Amino acid sequence: MSITDDAPTREQDVARKGSPVGRRVVLGMLGVGAVGVALGRPAQEAIQSTVSAIAPGLGGIVPAAGGFRIYTVTGGYPSMPVEDYRLEVTGAVANPLSLSFADLADLPQTQMTKDFQCVTGWRVDDVPWSGVLLRDVLIAAGANTSQTALRFFSFDGAYTESLTMGQALRDDVLVASSMFGKPITREHGGPVRLYVAPMYGYKSLKWMSGIEVVDEVVPGYWEVRGYDIDAWVGASNGRNDAPIV
Amino acid sequence: MDVTTHPSSSTPGRLQRFSRAERYLHRSIAALTFVLIATGAALFLPSISVLVGNRPLVSNIHVIAGFVLPVPIVLALFSRAFRKDIETLNRFSPGDWRWLRSRERRTGRIAVGKFNAGQKLNSAFTLGWILVMLATGSVMFFNAYFPDDIRTGATFVHDWLTLLVVVVVGGHIYMAMNDAEARVGMRTGEVSTKWTQREHAQWANEVSC
Repeated sequence: MSITDDAPTREQDVARKGSPVGRRVVLGMLGVGAVGVALGRPAQEAIQSTVSAIAPGLGGIVPAAGGFRIYTVTGGYPSMPVEDYRLEVTGAVANPLSLSFADLADLPQTQMTKDFQCVTGWRVDDVPWSGVLLRDVLIAAGANTSQTALRFFSFDGAYTESLTMGQALRDDVLVASSMFGKPITREHGGPVRLYVAPMYGYKSLKWMSGIEVVDEVVPGYWEVRGYDIDAWVGASNGRNDAPIV
Repeated sequence: MDVTTHPSSSTPGRLQRFSRAERYLHRSIAALTFVLIATGAALFLPSISVLVGNRPLVSNIHVIAGFVLPVPIVLALFSRAFRKDIETLNRFSPGDWRWLRSRERRTGRIAVGKFNAGQKLNSAFTLGWILVMLATGSVMFFNAYFPDDIRTGATFVHDWLTLLVVVVVGGHIYMAMNDAEARVGMRTGEVSTKWTQREHAQWANEVSC
């Protein structure tokens, strides 16, 4: 074996030290990662529709399969026994109400199957919701619909939300008591939560305990923190998601 | 130039396998990876989220651990032994390919060097996932600066790569559980010559002549 002053050629280098497989693995992973980022949105949608067709329950265990990611604004997930639950409807109403879970069940029930779109990007397709239209609750309370707005309160003590009266009277805004055909679980905001179908998920207040009819929009928890007050899916918060119909 | 050809060991019958810097590096990466997987699980899996709560705190710990993760690697680059081992880990000899394909790779019939091909792939995979997770995690953290498609794509990669990382880290721990002397090597830096001759015969020859 002769030693020259020349730098070894690539071939000699590989022959002596072996091929740089480690470097190729790292660069390959970076490449696959970049492709994954570029194609991730359609890929995620394809995976979600496949998984929901084959194993509908999987998204509840692994959100990457198309399920909810569970958020809370407080340190924990508040819990309330159904028998203790009350929904207070106050403010500019003819009959202030304190509705138990059973009282809500006695009001006209509405079902809808619609997507849930989070402002952070994830979307759960075709969630079956049921409960009472917010409009029907307002009618039951004799709300003054010439008022401007509503405030919503959570029994977690921190989460608040807002809607204009016009938004609240839509036929896709639900005081929801059931998801996927079952009572709403604690982590999803049970026993009763709001579901504002056409808006980003943060408008769908969890653990709802109060509705107040007021004369001006008071920004809610997330709106104080920079999110849009009118949170239309695909037309707010700088996002381009498909609207929920 | 040949620094580690004659690894000195304080104990007779034992060989120096990992320097102090490498052991600290391994411990730091292991501890941070554990924190990242635990906090990641609490952020990601609804059943664990509900048990743990405290989402903002968990999220902060996850983000901090993630950004700290590359620091021990950069610091370890000051160690000459680590740089030498990186070079060894990076290069695949024809024997490594043979070892990977062979059904007899655990019998010791194919003499392997300081690291076997599986260890080489694991180290490359580790660096790879750290970089990809750092990049996609940064997009998720600094999300205001990225368009929706990139955010969703980064979340997609971060989610699915997590599952792969958990499987590979689990396999790594499983292999270590079955090899007490390998664990001693990572804990003390030294391994027995007997173990070395069985598991890394070619390295044993290189270092004992």
